[in-house]
Amino acid sequence: MNLHIAAEIAKTHLLAKKKQTMVAMLGVTFGIAMFITMISFMQGVNQFLEDSALDASPHVRMYNEVNTQRPGLIDEVNPGGFNVVYHQKPKDELSRLKNGITIAERIEKEAGVLGVSPQLSTQVFFNNGPIQISGTVAGVDMERENRLYNLSSRLKSGSLRTLQSNPDGLIMGATLARKLNVRVGDKVSVTTPLGTNRILRVVGTFSFGIGTVDNIKSYANLSTVQEMLQKDPGYITDIHIKMVDPLQAIPFGKRLHAIFGYHTEDWATANQAILAGENIRNVMTFVVSFTLLVVAGFGIYNIMNMTVMNKIKDIAILKATGFDGKDIVAIFLLQAVFIGLSGGILGLLIGFGLSYLLSIMPFDAGDVLSLKTFPVIFAAKYYIMGLLFGVTTTILAGFFPSRKASRVDPVSILRG
Amino acid sequence: METVLNAARLNKYFYDPEKFQVLKDVTFAVKKGEFLSIIGKSGCGKSTLLYLLSTMDTEYEGTIEMAGTSLTGRSQDYLSHFRNEHLGFVFQFHFLLPEFSALQNVMLPGLKLGRYSEKEVEERAMEKLRLIGMADFARKPASKLSGGQQQRVAIARAMINDPTIIMGDEPTGNLDRANTENVFHIFKELAGMGQTIIAVTHDPDFAAGCDRVIEMSDGMIIRQ
Repeated sequence: MNLHIAAEIAKTHLLAKKKQTMVAMLGVTFGIAMFITMISFMQGVNQFLEDSALDASPHVRMYNEVNTQRPGLIDEVNPGGFNVVYHQKPKDELSRLKNGITIAERIEKEAGVLGVSPQLSTQVFFNNGPIQISGTVAGVDMERENRLYNLSSRLKSGSLRTLQSNPDGLIMGATLARKLNVRVGDKVSVTTPLGTNRILRVVGTFSFGIGTVDNIKSYANLSTVQEMLQKDPGYITDIHIKMVDPLQAIPFGKRLHAIFGYHTEDWATANQAILAGENIRNVMTFVVSFTLLVVAGFGIYNIMNMTVMNKIKDIAILKATGFDGKDIVAIFLLQAVFIGLSGGILGLLIGFGLSYLLSIMPFDAGDVLSLKTFPVIFAAKYYIMGLLFGVTTTILAGFFPSRKASRVDPVSILRG
Repeated sequence: METVLNAARLNKYFYDPEKFQVLKDVTFAVKKGEFLSIIGKSGCGKSTLLYLLSTMDTEYEGTIEMAGTSLTGRSQDYLSHFRNEHLGFVFQFHFLLPEFSALQNVMLPGLKLGRYSEKEVEERAMEKLRLIGMADFARKPASKLSGGQQQRVAIARAMINDPTIIMGDEPTGNLDRANTENVFHIFKELAGMGQTIIAVTHDPDFAAGCDRVIEMSDGMIIRQ
């Protein structure tokens, strides 16, 4: 086999039928461009949804779960007997974390921990004239909370610093603030579950882009909330933890539970619905990309098959004058590689262009999602996948027909 | 004179639409330098015989030996290589590669053989084209040449590797009188230079000019 001659013949074939070569190339181009655009867009949406849901939740949340899941007194005295207790009430116990601040400081020293925020969270009513709107107030150490959730970048108005200097300050979800018709500087009356009232001043609004957060949540200083609930300065109910590696959070949470005895909940458990949705979307993305690739693959196969079959007489002539099967296959494989590579690279460029256009296209998702344009991911791996797929398919699509053609007895074609 | 081709007891069947014996126990030999023509009526099996000899059709019974090598039962790739080195073929419909120039068409089998460098192959191809009077058309695409011109290029292509035998399947069958004479003269000249040629024809004038004529009928040689 002489690659040089094969390359010469392949080049002549490609140049002689420029239009056909272009059509074959564009077949590859179109398939790959669509694949790149679709997968970048779909994965962008997936990533966005995941990020926006998970950004607002801690990797591990430690709290004291007060519930009825405890053995009754009779069961302890008379184990294994036929004991019936109707409607057992929870023990009168505070949902506080004992020594919470100390625990938080200890956790903070662990390896792999990005940040820890001890907090006191409570249900409240915001009074807007005659109407009461329910929500939550989290008493936090703003500096620590900011490290976990990057609140400063999510502020719509006001500033975090004001909260630290103003004991009566309150930072509200943007949607909640709109419902209450308050702005930075306005006062708002808050009623706690204990029935106490307190006037707080709005010093900022934030938006996570998630309705369930922006609609109900607000932040105040930890000491302020402790005062409102008439608790001592060591009283906290939750410790939020963010890890450097989210996957580490799951074993870490279990370990914390073993050490401190308090209930821990990792992000995967807390967001099961979101993760299940994520799985379904991943399957969907896979199915759609696979379909696109299969359709493109068949298109490429058809075109290559046509290219080879159009040349069947030339193949017979080449064989009659002494070229063997390997030469024939080499000639068409070289053409396939050229078509696959050039079409593929063009496809990547067009795919990139389309994804870019999509990523700058304005898209108004309202208050529910913090989106200005479509979310699109630009990941090199999709481009590598696309090109690999395009070239491989084209080569296979060129190989099989040309191998078939190379085995034909030249006489059966030349005799006519 | 040494024998360059030995065909012994060749039998060939067609199976479509029904079993039919095209060649019946054909046996003959060709000596070096002979200008041989095979004649006979349509369907007598002369083209089929030539395709067997050319090694392009491998489904037959009997043995074919050429240039001291047995060609029966060889692999496709071996036969391709053998054709490249030992056989030149001229078809009725010339069969040039339309996208290539006349010169390239002539050069391709030479490049494939690789006995000479590309430059030498080009010189030799030009020489062959000059021999058949086509040197002026060397750079023209094959598809732009007339039938007679294409046939002459096909002959040059057949000669490029100095083959043991040149085979022609009705090499003048598709040409007008003037071109037929032209092509015949080229063959005659080649034969004069010691080239072995086997041509299938049903042109009596063509056959008359040959050293030896084999006449076939119903798959058998009836006259040598």
